[in-house]
Amino acid sequence: MIHHAYLTTNLAMSTRACILLLALLTPSAQAQSAADALQFVEIAPGVYLRHGAMEVANAGNRGHIANLGVIVGDERVAVIDAGGSYNEGKALLDTVARITDLPVAWLIVTHMHPDHALGAAAFAERGIPVVGHVNLADALSRRRDAYVKPVIEALGRDADGTRVVLPDVTVMPGRDVELDLGGRVLQLRAQPTAHTNNDLTVYDTKADLLWLSDLLFVERIPVVDGSLLGWLAVLEVLSQRNVSRVVPGHGPVPTDWKAAIARQQDYLEGLARGVREVIRHGGGIAQAVASVGLSARDRWELFDEYHGRNVTAAFAELEWE
Amino acid sequence: MQTVAHMRSAVVSALRARYTHGLLRVLAIACLASLSHAAQQSPEDARWGDIRQALLGERAISDGAALLALDTPARALDAAVVPVEITTRFEQTAQRYIHKLYLVIDQNPSPVAAVFEFPGDRDWTRISTRVRVNAYTDVRAVAELNDGSTFMVKNFVKASGGCSAPALKDPAAAAAQLGRMKLLLPDDAAADDLFLTRLMIRHPNSSGMQFDQVTRHFIPADYVRNIEVRYNDQLLYKVATDISISENPMIAFGLRNDPGKGELDVRVLDTEGRQFEKRFPLTSTQ
Repeated sequence: MIHHAYLTTNLAMSTRACILLLALLTPSAQAQSAADALQFVEIAPGVYLRHGAMEVANAGNRGHIANLGVIVGDERVAVIDAGGSYNEGKALLDTVARITDLPVAWLIVTHMHPDHALGAAAFAERGIPVVGHVNLADALSRRRDAYVKPVIEALGRDADGTRVVLPDVTVMPGRDVELDLGGRVLQLRAQPTAHTNNDLTVYDTKADLLWLSDLLFVERIPVVDGSLLGWLAVLEVLSQRNVSRVVPGHGPVPTDWKAAIARQQDYLEGLARGVREVIRHGGGIAQAVASVGLSARDRWELFDEYHGRNVTAAFAELEWE
Repeated sequence: MQTVAHMRSAVVSALRARYTHGLLRVLAIACLASLSHAAQQSPEDARWGDIRQALLGERAISDGAALLALDTPARALDAAVVPVEITTRFEQTAQRYIHKLYLVIDQNPSPVAAVFEFPGDRDWTRISTRVRVNAYTDVRAVAELNDGSTFMVKNFVKASGGCSAPALKDPAAAAAQLGRMKLLLPDDAAADDLFLTRLMIRHPNSSGMQFDQVTRHFIPADYVRNIEVRYNDQLLYKVATDISISENPMIAFGLRNDPGKGELDVRVLDTEGRQFEKRFPLTSTQ
C-alpha cells in the first residue's frame, strides 16, 4: 500500500503549503475563468505542479492527464510540458499569468507524448520558444496524425487548434543545456532512449529538484514506448543521483523517490523476465500477453489499458537480444 | 537464379507503383472502380467481393474450419503489431496439401498482407506473423489446396491506425541494423513433435503512408517483398509480403514430426532491390 502513503502525504502537503490559485482571483475574474484555470500546488518555493488526472484522456477530464510544471526565477519563467491540447496550453499560460507577472521565456517539452506535447501551439503563437530533445522533432513528425486525430476523437471541440509544434531549441545527449531564469538555473539533459527516444530531464539547482516527467510513473502504470532495456539502464543511473526530490510525469511527488524508482524497476524487470521466458520456449506475442506480469495488476492504475501493450513492445525488443 | 530474375522484375513494377503499393495494385484500382456499383451490398461486403474476385476469380470458397484455425486478438493492443497465427487441422500429404495461403486484411489500404506458397512435401502445422491493422476489419486466411479447392477462415479485429502509425521507437537504431536476420530456435524447438523456427528480419517496412513534417513528403514505401526459405536446399516456403506486415517482419513456421537438423537458407528481397541472404545451421536441441 505504498501508493496510499504517497497520496496521503501529498494531500497533506497540498493543504498545508499550496497556493490555491483561484483564491488570488477577483470574484468576477474567477467566475469568468474558473473553468479554465489549472489547479497548481507549490511543491517548493517557485516550483508549481499541476497533477494530471489518473485516467486516459477523455472529454470529462479534457485531456488534462499529465503533470505540468511552472518554475519561476527572479527574472523569467519556464514551463515544463504544455498539456494535451491547444486549449490546455492556453489555460496553462493564463494560469501562469496569475502566479507571476514575469514573462514565460521557455516551454520545455519533456517528450513526444500527446498529453505533454500537444498544448505547445498556445506557446508558439505567443512566440515562446519550445525546447526539446534533439530527437523530438523527428518523433513528432512521424506521429503527427497518429497523435492529433485521437485527441480530436476524445475531446471533440475542446481539441480545436491542437497541432504538432516542433521544438525551436534542441538538447543533445552529452551536452546539457542551462536555462537561466534569474537566480535560478535549470539544467536540461537529453537522456538515451528509455520511456521514448526523446526524454528530457530538468534539474532545478535552486530547489535541488529533478523533474523526471515520464521517466517515472507513480501509481499509474509505466508505458514502454522507447526501449525497455534502455529505460532500465537510465533508471539505474538516475537512482544514483543525489537530489532531494523528483517529480514524476504522472502521479504524486513521492516522499521516498528512490523507493518509487525501485517499484517501477520491479515492474519493468518483471516484464523483461517474463517475456524472455516466453521467447525461450518458442511462444509469441499472444502467449506473452496472456501470461506475463499479470501479478502486478493490483499495483498499478490503468493496468488493463497499457500492460498488454507494454508486453507487446517488450517482446518486439527482446526477441532481438 | 531464375527466381531472382523474377523477383527483380517484381521489384521494378513495385517501384513504379510506389504510391499504389505494389502487391495487388490492380486490385486497389478494382476496389476504387467498384465503389459505384456496390449500392446493394454493404461497403464491407463489396470490398471483400473485389478482393476475392482479384485473388480467386469465380471459384467457390468453402468454410475452412475443419482444415485451418486462425488466431487473432479481438482487439489489437498495438495496431502496428497485431499477432496472427494460422494452424492446420489436417495432415498434409503429397496427395493433399495447401499450395497457397493468402492472408487478407479487408479494410487495409493494401488488403493482401501475404501470399505463401508451399511445394507440398512437408506437413507444416503453424505459421504466425505480425500485421498492421488500419481499421476495424475482417482478417482472413484463405487456403488453396493442390486440387484447386479453396477454404477460408476469418476473424474480426478491432484496431485502427496501424498502417500510418510509426511503430519505430528508435529509427536510428533500426536504420543501423537494416537487413539483419535472426533465426530463433526455442529451447524446446522440437518438443511436442513440432519443429518451430522464428525468422526475424530487421526492416522498417515503411508503408508509404507516414508523413514527414520536416520534409513535407510522405516517407517513401520501402518494405520486404519476397522471402524464400530453403531447408537443406529444398524450398520450404516462399512468401510475397506487403505493407500490411509489421516493421521487422517475423515469420514463425512449425513442421510436424521433423528432426530440425541441417540448415535453413533465407533469401529476402525488398522494394528498393536490396537482397539479404543468410544461412542458419540448425543445431539439434534434443
